[in-house]
Amino acid sequence: MSKDHTFERHPDNPDIVTMNMGPSHPATHGVLRLVLKLDGERVESCVPHLGYLHRGMEKIAENRTYLQFIPYTDRMDYLSPLAANVGFALAVEELLGVEVPPRCQAIRVICCELARIGSHQLWLGTHALDLGAATVFFHTFKDREWHYDLVEDLTGARLTTSFTRVGGMAHDVTGDWLRKLHEFVDATPGRVDEYESLLTKNAIWLGRTQGVGRIAAKEAIDYGMTGPSMRASGVEHDVRKDRPYSGYENYDFEIAVGTEGDIYDRYLVRMEEMRQSCRILDQAMRNLPEGPVNIDDPKIFLPPKKQVLTKMEELIHQFMIVTEGFECPAGEIYHSTEVPKGELGFYIVSTAGRSPYRLRIRSPSFNNIATLPHLVEGGMVADVIANIASLDPVMGEVDR
Amino acid sequence: MADGRQAVERIQEKFPDAVLDSGSFRDQHWVEIEIDRLVEICNWLRNDPENAYDCLVDVTAVHWPDAPRPMQLVYHLFSYSRNDRLRLKTRTGDTGPVPTLSDIWKAADWNERETYDMFGIRFDGHHDLRRILMPDDYTDFPLRKEFPLYRG
Repeated sequence: MSKDHTFERHPDNPDIVTMNMGPSHPATHGVLRLVLKLDGERVESCVPHLGYLHRGMEKIAENRTYLQFIPYTDRMDYLSPLAANVGFALAVEELLGVEVPPRCQAIRVICCELARIGSHQLWLGTHALDLGAATVFFHTFKDREWHYDLVEDLTGARLTTSFTRVGGMAHDVTGDWLRKLHEFVDATPGRVDEYESLLTKNAIWLGRTQGVGRIAAKEAIDYGMTGPSMRASGVEHDVRKDRPYSGYENYDFEIAVGTEGDIYDRYLVRMEEMRQSCRILDQAMRNLPEGPVNIDDPKIFLPPKKQVLTKMEELIHQFMIVTEGFECPAGEIYHSTEVPKGELGFYIVSTAGRSPYRLRIRSPSFNNIATLPHLVEGGMVADVIANIASLDPVMGEVDR
Repeated sequence: MADGRQAVERIQEKFPDAVLDSGSFRDQHWVEIEIDRLVEICNWLRNDPENAYDCLVDVTAVHWPDAPRPMQLVYHLFSYSRNDRLRLKTRTGDTGPVPTLSDIWKAADWNERETYDMFGIRFDGHHDLRRILMPDDYTDFPLRKEFPLYRG
């Protein structure tokens, strides 16, 4: 993060201007600041400045028990907190060497895919709005409210969900909620078709997105790009398929892959992902296993509240887990999940304590946004906005 | 999945004098190498078709204040063609220097800047080693262990 606030004209050539885009501008999707050197409307150079949302989460984690860190994962990618909750819980479970029951796995899959749809709906609405297609915004935000109603019904919060626990979930889902989710899943593919009818063959949309912001597969890999932004360049890689977690190997779905690696393909890939998420959700709901949602280990998982109030043993366990946390073995793991933006990884170094010695968050948006100078340099200034939106960055996750 | 097991064995075979330590936890294999061989080994890991680690997933560090060389660099590599991960580590003094890997993987550019910003480790040969998250005039390195966790 740099302190300069520049708007400078080149002393010899008044057409060359160095100026800020952001950090506080709706089209930068959060507090991203770009220092652009423009020659007329052409971008000569683009230097991103980050850190406006830096909260030092990796440092905070060293002073929290594993359970206490879950609320912080809500605030990373605040457009899909459920997916980050699941990613972190899985990482700690891998460190502990525990596996959650099948019902919990399926509920986590539901959480992840619900988060993906909600995140992509926001991305599409704002992306289209940035390029002047305001109608799409109203459609997606209406449907996104529906998605948020479901999230709120499930977790009690729209954004700060904190729904996972190490070894399970905060609570089970109800039949009534599943019925509501069913309605949403049945309707969403049709809604996606409707969004597409506004854009996919729209001449203005095509003109603004096709052939713009191109990145080749090799380059995308080199930059550490992940997620739909990378798949649009033709790389068929998805953590859910290549190293399945939470039972993803049991679901029938396809990875959407593009060919051109331009903004249009990044758009198409995410549209298809929403449909595939509906497929996964449908399967998860139909085959939701019966049984417990939490592991049966009183040293790790909180006992049921009812028993805490009546039984001595459970009271002690609750007290210990809440005040001191549980002990993790010494070791180090890297665990990654496919969140809506790409590969979210947690690298945990434990020295056998109740909080991590070091917690590293490998955020997909950070690596995706690093490609921005490559995408925009040499292009038009208006395309900078289209490019930012097509990468779908969330600054909460970039800065952490 | 035995991530990185074969690669660790190959490194031990090809660069026996560069390997300091190796191990595994939950079937994730890692190897720690001498810092002056880092660039050579990384180039080989990327370009050798048997390894083909074409993606640098993450760069970070871990601070061990009591160790003789307190800064441990941790690199996570991934091979798209082989669907395999490898954790590569190396050690350096309090402020480095560490040779940059940004000429091998572009992903190293910003990740090394973040590691510098948080730990104060210098990366030799990095073309633009500036702070990335903290303000430019900030003087501390927050992820070092002597940086207080809270004002007590």
